[in-house]
Amino acid sequence: MRITVDLAKCQDHGQCAIAAPLVFTMNDDGKLEYIGNPDDSERDNVEEAADVCPAQAIFIEV
Amino acid sequence: MTSQRHVAVVGGSLAGLRSAEQLRALGHIGPITVFSAEAHLPYNRPPLSKEALRESDSATAEELAARLAFRRRSSVSNVDFRLGEPVASADLRNRRLTVKSGAAIEYDLLVVATGLRPRRLAVPGPERGRHVLRTVADCLGLRTALRPGARAVVVGGGFIGCEAAATLRSLGHDVTVVEPAGPPMQRVLGTDMAAAVQGHLAAAGIDFVIGTGVECFTGDGVVTGVTLGTGETLAADVVVEAIGSVCNTEWLGGQGLDLSDGVLTDNRLAVAGTTDVVAVGDVARFPNPLFDDVPRRVEHWSIPTDTAKRAAATLLGTPDDTPFAPIPAFWSNQFDLRLQSYGSPALADEIQLEEGTLDDLTGGVIATYHRGQRHVGTVAVNALPAHHRELREAFTATAVPA
Repeated sequence: MRITVDLAKCQDHGQCAIAAPLVFTMNDDGKLEYIGNPDDSERDNVEEAADVCPAQAIFIEV
Repeated sequence: MTSQRHVAVVGGSLAGLRSAEQLRALGHIGPITVFSAEAHLPYNRPPLSKEALRESDSATAEELAARLAFRRRSSVSNVDFRLGEPVASADLRNRRLTVKSGAAIEYDLLVVATGLRPRRLAVPGPERGRHVLRTVADCLGLRTALRPGARAVVVGGGFIGCEAAATLRSLGHDVTVVEPAGPPMQRVLGTDMAAAVQGHLAAAGIDFVIGTGVECFTGDGVVTGVTLGTGETLAADVVVEAIGSVCNTEWLGGQGLDLSDGVLTDNRLAVAGTTDVVAVGDVARFPNPLFDDVPRRVEHWSIPTDTAKRAAATLLGTPDDTPFAPIPAFWSNQFDLRLQSYGSPALADEIQLEEGTLDDLTGGVIATYHRGQRHVGTVAVNALPAHHRELREAFTATAVPA
């Protein structure tokens, strides 16, 4: 699957890193790092992460 | 055919959208109709007291709603969103809804997702100049009323009141927050943390009048002042009323339901006394075994998504024996503070400061909230995002009953 995060919208809430920790992580500077093409087995977690993003900044492309 | 049952979702905000998505995710292929009082597809409300109030790049409610629209899963592309079509009444026995225009709609399964509307002050005085913040129209109405130098009085020192106050102050307005009960957000944060936040907001230029309420509004046709219980009158060009909310349950009246505070449900979100009705979101009053067996409504941002997932399973009869025990979560941005809450700190009778000092909120503070030795909530102020996972997990580990 392929995802993008609108970093202009992202406010570093970190909720995605709780929902899908294998895909989204918050680094030591408090900034988001993510895998743009996670394995399809992560789809449910990524959907969850997109749902719980307070800024609604996560987009699932395919 | 069971799979073709018609699900009516009454309420077109986050809880209604997530319900439709979760019904599809569980394999419901039959028709779903979402009835919304608003003219817009579901959108994200928290920005209305923050960035949407501050930025002026959306001139119309349509533009703003489009900018704040929730991502919708492709599975709901065939869901019928009836916008601007509130349901006026329900006949649960005959599974029939009547919409405002008078048309009747039959359903097989019903999702109650009508949420809340702002409570209004019932005091004498002019109506014009008084604002609330719940919809994109409210946000634009307030933004449009903000002439340069306008003096604002925010009535209510809860989270929305404080967010609005911080935003208005950052736009350069004189802002006074009036709150009868105590320091802002005290009910959730506890006295010490609330007092510290008040100090921080005051240092940023917000005035607070604590311990008195509003007697009346003054002005000829439009509000020019707010008279307090003390007799003092604050000059005001705009007033923001942020004194809590009222449940949108009138349409369910006369059906024998417990509507004393939202809609009473069991732990699985089934509306008490029914077999084919669930309630989700702000309006659902359900017991959460994380805390106790007392049914409560939870007005936190995470709850619509959590309740929708469980309610969809309940409605479709998907077996699930695990107790529904969502961890409520919300955040609030006020100037350079970000407050993040997990659990229900408002239930606590004891608060422990775990990290940081209340004298320096921006440096990061974490406090845990306890009731009878049990961890019921955590509040973090300016904690590093990388910490949130452990904060939330620590809460789960200690709070989930064996």
